Amino acid sequence: MTHLEKLEALSVHILREAYREFKSLVMLWSIGKDSTVLLWLTRKAFLGHVPFPLLHIDTGYKIPEMIEYRDKFAKAWHLNMLVGENSSALGSHQTFPDGKLNRIECCKALKSEALKHTLSGEWPRKRFDHNLGDYIIDQNVEAFTGVIVGVRADEEGSRSKERYFSPRDKQNDWDIGDQPPELWHQFKTDFAPGTHIRVHPLLDWTELDIWEYIAKENIPIIPLYFNRGDGKRYRSLGCYPCTKPVDSTATDIRGIVEELKTGKFVNIAERAGRDQDKEDGGGLETLRREGYM
Amino acid sequence: MNVVVVGHVDHGKSTIIGRLLADTHSIPDGKLEQVKATCTRNAKPFEYAFLLDALKDEQAQGITIDTARSFFKTEKRRYIIIDAPGHIEFLKNMITGASRADAAFIVIDAKEGIQENSRRHGYIMSMLGINQVAVIVNKMDLVGYNEQKFNEIAREYSEFLGRLNLRPVSFIPISAINGVNIGARSTDIAWHKGPTVLEQFDAFELKDSRTSLPFRLPVQDIYKFTEAGDDRRIFAGTISSGTAKVGDEIVFLPSGKTSSIKSIESFNTTEKKKASTGEATGFTLTKQVYVKQGELMVKASDPMPLVGARFRANIFWMGKAPLIREKRYTIKLNATRSSLKLVNIINVIDASDLSSEKNKQQVDRHDVAECILETLRPVAFDLVKDIKFTGRFVIIDNYEIAGAGIILEKVADQDSTLHDYVRDREFSWESGTISPAERAAIYGHGAKFVVFTGDETTTKDIIATELEKQLIHSSFKTYYLRMSNVIRGLDSDIKYGPEEREEHIRRLGELARILTDSGQIFITSVTNVDDYDIKTLQLLNSPHEILVVNIGENKFNSLVPDLNLEAGAKAGAAVEAVFSLLRQKKVLLDFQI
Repeated sequence: MTHLEKLEALSVHILREAYREFKSLVMLWSIGKDSTVLLWLTRKAFLGHVPFPLLHIDTGYKIPEMIEYRDKFAKAWHLNMLVGENSSALGSHQTFPDGKLNRIECCKALKSEALKHTLSGEWPRKRFDHNLGDYIIDQNVEAFTGVIVGVRADEEGSRSKERYFSPRDKQNDWDIGDQPPELWHQFKTDFAPGTHIRVHPLLDWTELDIWEYIAKENIPIIPLYFNRGDGKRYRSLGCYPCTKPVDSTATDIRGIVEELKTGKFVNIAERAGRDQDKEDGGGLETLRREGYM
Repeated sequence: MNVVVVGHVDHGKSTIIGRLLADTHSIPDGKLEQVKATCTRNAKPFEYAFLLDALKDEQAQGITIDTARSFFKTEKRRYIIIDAPGHIEFLKNMITGASRADAAFIVIDAKEGIQENSRRHGYIMSMLGINQVAVIVNKMDLVGYNEQKFNEIAREYSEFLGRLNLRPVSFIPISAINGVNIGARSTDIAWHKGPTVLEQFDAFELKDSRTSLPFRLPVQDIYKFTEAGDDRRIFAGTISSGTAKVGDEIVFLPSGKTSSIKSIESFNTTEKKKASTGEATGFTLTKQVYVKQGELMVKASDPMPLVGARFRANIFWMGKAPLIREKRYTIKLNATRSSLKLVNIINVIDASDLSSEKNKQQVDRHDVAECILETLRPVAFDLVKDIKFTGRFVIIDNYEIAGAGIILEKVADQDSTLHDYVRDREFSWESGTISPAERAAIYGHGAKFVVFTGDETTTKDIIATELEKQLIHSSFKTYYLRMSNVIRGLDSDIKYGPEEREEHIRRLGELARILTDSGQIFITSVTNVDDYDIKTLQLLNSPHEILVVNIGENKFNSLVPDLNLEAGAKAGAAVEAVFSLLRQKKVLLDFQI
């Protein structure tokens, strides 16, 4: 087996394990390349089907093309698509772009809080109705106990220590010092009432692996990742006030792979364009302990 | 290739990796500066270990708490380096890291020499089945790059590993802090002719002998996405060893059901005729068989795995509470789970010095023990010496993976725990002066436990209700008990889930024992039962007898129900059939009807 085939097999195994063990399962889809690969791997695991809902947390500041892309594939692939948001923070303009919060606080409000309450079912979820072709308020308010997330170990220090199956307590807290053992394809799939599990099928993938896999499988990725004539492309997608495109000549997947392998990004951290990581020594770790993905 | 770095706390694992990454330019440009800047801000001298010990707690305490993955590549291949913590508190993290490895470096401090965890980690490598091990003797600068000191450590540690049947591929003297023998050689250790750390990475072999082994597929799940208009019934799982092709005859164990491979299913690939070790794949079969997830799918032409409920195993215990005999655990073995009991502890080994203790009554945290374990129902497995991938398991205690083990031998299980228990119970059962025969004579009929099985809950209920009515109207002492009443009453203290199922079955069996002993015809209906559940009920109800009436598709493996009714059977005809069976079994005598 090739390197990519091995990565794919383990991810598929983890997805199947999650589907078998958790009745109330959801996958987070940020529209970015990693979670889109995750979605593709789900179709691999279930032979073309996606047997659980996908959840997108809309901060209201996503690049508009991301929303178009999301709805296009929700239709094409018959996805059970859910959308959640922090409507009170957005409604009362308590955000970083409004000048009311710093970047970290804004991430916490629009992403962590929105995610937490959407997962628990306390805040309304919008579901894409395939007959109407539009979003309606979902009647199901059951809490999700298993959440599949596309984080990668190479992204950042605290992520390199994650488990494939990572428990969170009632407060969504991650106890880094006391994580469950995982060995021989056996994961923590038993959990006490009130706790839930984050599942990380992409943990062993690097940014380069992701792009090489996208190329191999010909996965339709959002074009924001490519230079479309202005000499700029996004390397990592987020909210437009906090995510800057990088200078690049890569107009297609092959160009990106070249850039990562031998070109200008060979030694530049992927999240270098994300401003919230730089705010304190362990910015992302602080956010992750509190539930950020 | 996955390579783990283990060893005693403070012997320099993270520093070695940090240095290796820095020297080979494997660190993203931002990161080194970022960590250095954080050090300056906090007035701490920079250390290479900080690159890996990125978590706040770790930098504060200067130790690695959890395993971290780092990515690194040479001309030859890509590596994931797993940095495992050396502190005893975090042994389960070390095991997590090491279990993913194809090869291992064990780090020993030249000045401190071999320590408790140097040995314990060596033991764990052997148990995890990692047989490519290289030993790094670090901090050679602290012993003046002395060759004799290095040789002493190498000799002593080789001797220790030899007792575990592990032969290290190399011993490498280094100084991580000075970058000696990591990526480049140094005149300080001109006497060392073996590889550097970097050279050793490429010298490890990525052996995969698994494809030549017998075919084993733990059935992870069975998919049928009917609502999405897909009629394929797909047996999904990851092949743990061997190869299978379209057309191969296959057997599922422990059920023993057979079929053959019709197709190999995949998404976004060309049509596949063959699948091999490591692939997460799916099969459809030519003949439909009823098989539960968790069974082991094997090829009929291959050597068969073993099937049994008792085995001898080496286990490593990580649980906060000790492993004891009085408690029920859950075993996860391949894709199956089952209730598990510790039958006997043969030997407890202290992994730090290999001394053993024979008379220990429990297995404590960080102990390694040889013991006899028993699953509630038979499971399929291989011995670790034959096929290690299907011969190892984990034990769950209180939601946590608390133990890991490897199977050494199957043990005869005729005299299982349940048999012992029923024998003891019957031996001391105190009856009144009325014998069962006398009771039957007075009541005018015998006692019986009638169990309805099959998927059709409503049909079962209608038939059972009608049967009770007709038996009572014919003056037979009869009682129909709905399982829902048991769950809300007698069983209200236990949850309703797969893990608690055994306890529900046990209580039902005990209840049946009492009611049949009172001379009644006791009727109930259960769903989703298999051969073992019925055998358990039968055993618990003994010395009285059980009558199994199955409605709809017969999903038993080898058990033959006393009566099979077709799906949607009419109550009148069904009751008539049960009556005639009861007459046949002499529970009801002809003249009484």
